[in-house]
Amino acid sequence: MTDVLNTKRAKQAALGPYGRVGKSLDELDDRLGIAKGGRTFLDKIFPDHWSFMLGEIALYSFVVLMVTGVFLTLYYIPSQAIVTYHGGYLPLDGQKVTQAFSSSVDLSFAVRGGLLMRQMHHWACDIFVGAIVVHMARVFFTGAFRKPRELNWTIGGTLLILAIVNGFLGYSLPDDLVSGTGIRIAYSIILSIPVVGSYLGFLVFGGNFPGTAIIPRFFILHVLIVPLIIIGLVTAHMALLLRQKHTQFPGEGRTENNVVGSPMFPVFMAKTTGFLFVISGITALLGAFAQVNPIWQFGPYDASRISYAVQPDWYMGFLDGALRIWPSWSFHSFGFTIPWEVFIPAVLLPGLIFNIVFAWPAIERRFTKDDAMHNLLDRPSDRPKRTAAGVAMLALLGMLFIASSTDVMANFFHVSLNTVLWTMRVLCITAPFVAYPITYKICKELQAVKGGGKRKTPNVVTRTAEGEYVATPAPVYVDDLHHGHEPTEVPKFFPADTEEPGDSGVRVVER
Amino acid sequence: MSENQEIRTPVSVAGLEHEYPHLEPSANNPQLVERVIAVMFLIGIALLVAFGACYWINAQPWKLGATLGGAMFFLGVGLIAWGKYLMPRGPFVEERHTLANSEADRDAFAAAIVERGGDVVKRRKVLGGLLGGGLGIFGVVAMFPLLRSLGPLPKGTLDHTDWKNGSYVVDQSGRRVQVGDLAVGSIVTVFPEGTQDTDRGQAVDQTVLIRLSNEDFTTQKGRETWAPKGYVAYSKVCTHLGCPVGLYEQQLQLLVCPCHQSMFNVNNGAIPQFGPAPRPLPQLPLYVDADGNLRAQSDYHVPIGPGFWERHV
Repeated sequence: MTDVLNTKRAKQAALGPYGRVGKSLDELDDRLGIAKGGRTFLDKIFPDHWSFMLGEIALYSFVVLMVTGVFLTLYYIPSQAIVTYHGGYLPLDGQKVTQAFSSSVDLSFAVRGGLLMRQMHHWACDIFVGAIVVHMARVFFTGAFRKPRELNWTIGGTLLILAIVNGFLGYSLPDDLVSGTGIRIAYSIILSIPVVGSYLGFLVFGGNFPGTAIIPRFFILHVLIVPLIIIGLVTAHMALLLRQKHTQFPGEGRTENNVVGSPMFPVFMAKTTGFLFVISGITALLGAFAQVNPIWQFGPYDASRISYAVQPDWYMGFLDGALRIWPSWSFHSFGFTIPWEVFIPAVLLPGLIFNIVFAWPAIERRFTKDDAMHNLLDRPSDRPKRTAAGVAMLALLGMLFIASSTDVMANFFHVSLNTVLWTMRVLCITAPFVAYPITYKICKELQAVKGGGKRKTPNVVTRTAEGEYVATPAPVYVDDLHHGHEPTEVPKFFPADTEEPGDSGVRVVER
Repeated sequence: MSENQEIRTPVSVAGLEHEYPHLEPSANNPQLVERVIAVMFLIGIALLVAFGACYWINAQPWKLGATLGGAMFFLGVGLIAWGKYLMPRGPFVEERHTLANSEADRDAFAAAIVERGGDVVKRRKVLGGLLGGGLGIFGVVAMFPLLRSLGPLPKGTLDHTDWKNGSYVVDQSGRRVQVGDLAVGSIVTVFPEGTQDTDRGQAVDQTVLIRLSNEDFTTQKGRETWAPKGYVAYSKVCTHLGCPVGLYEQQLQLLVCPCHQSMFNVNNGAIPQFGPAPRPLPQLPLYVDADGNLRAQSDYHVPIGPGFWERHV
């Protein structure tokens, strides 16, 4: 019996204090030298604030997109060849449809779990773009884009464009009536570009609209080229975050030169992995209970048919709204046409908006002459001009988005389309100019609030023997996370200098 | 309050004192929280098993999604709660190290690029120029095959449709439209015979045919013969963004594009009455042949559809 125990003990001793895991890590470190960097990585501090999870939503919905997307590629056929539909959806039986459409309907109905995967994919995309926008707003309003993080702001803006583009490409793939109309509009927008428009259109579509090349081309862009760029940029986004460390809000013990929060391992890892699960779970629940893009009801694309009240996915709304309310100004002279009525709202306007987004860090630096490093975040009310500018931009985008449903609003409110159109035109122009001063004023008011931005603590009221009431502020909430303690370094559990050579760390159990 | 604190046991970590406050879980009652999380994990596991079963028996999609989503959700919330309430509460701090290097290091780096690199180029100006020029030319010629083989050049194809003199007007099923076919006020989508089944026909040649009440209808000056027996035909491709102008407001005699609500007056040469469309829908000149068939006099006189640079009329 003792012999057995001894061999066991000897074996454990031979493995070292951390057993098999430690041994494997040693082997890895021999070859890659990861111990030191790995330890630093595990000790990395992530500041805690609810708004820092917005970027995580974007990241994890992208993970959901990739997983569900790979599933869809196994069944989807990117071809515009015409087939006769004889699948499970009887109303379409016998119709001549493209293979893209027929395989999209089949993967929804004939493949086990296919419809769930398709709906999850669509919902994850809507969440992805939405999370990027909200995350970007957080970064903007708190000034997280300032030096040294301008590059990461630019990468983030590029990711938003790519997400929108890839969303549109994917939305087009089923080749249903609604998405086909979207492709037709995209083609007309390309045509509107002066001088090169018709050439570009023919190159992208392989000839005049519709041709037979666009679905296969959109497919390879959607599943390979754009995602590769997105993955590359997301990696760069994360790498810069690790290198420059996360920003934090000002607070107790927090300075420009430190980061206060939870360590990567295990606290942040547990929370963020849990969050990945929650995002996937919510996407799956949406896929289960909220129908999205029922292509079999729209039917296959036919360029001479159209559906009423067609709306694109939400992130294309601002473009659609701009196209609806822009006046019909077309330039026509010297034998040439410039379709301003399309070129301005669909090409120049988004170009201008994204250029402002990209240029913002430089614009702000020019005005503030602020060249310092910033690791502490601003409270939005402390930067009233920036906040007001951001709100003005969001007001414009919001109004353009609302304008994408002029027909629905006219029906709903029983007013004439003309009234709705002019209302939206007026609102789009005035909203930013109204939003700016109001936001500015609110910010100024908030600045003047005493103790604003500090967490309020309760007062403890005591009665003295004389009957006098005395209010003394209680120190902190009892259960207030991360308050009431000075921040400390992540404990070095086994500091190298105090380690005794004889102490192997193996717990010897007495028997 | 003191009772609560007694319940909190610091997360035991070798080598640290038990009183180390930063290692305490942040929950007031860790045992209770642990039980709640355990229940969440159990629900999650049960739903995962249910998902497997649903998949096995090929249950409806919503059951698959509900079990999978519920499982992920409960496991995720449990894990977050574990991290938030039961793991060391902190706060922990980490120093930021300045990203910028010392002046000497920067200078050395810049010198390596500017002086060493510049030196090489300066000494071999010809080679540098040739290499640069070569790469530039490579960039340009690489674009040629890449762009050029993607598609044909437009070469005026946007100016024409397949309608020509004598084309029979047929409906979607290919049936020739005769002069008695349409009731007054009704509308049908037509194509030049032979193109009704083709992608191009549907995209480019699509035309709306409307029968108006007035037999000798003239939509505009110079179009006196274009609308025999009150039949007017307009291109169905919207001049704004190319959507099919598929709605007909019979009472107002307006063609409406459902995409961006451009409205065209069919009485008046389809001049845009409302919305973003800049030009009228081109009108197709028709005639009635001896057998009573509707036929086209010619192609549209102007390019159909949305605007583009080379659109000259």
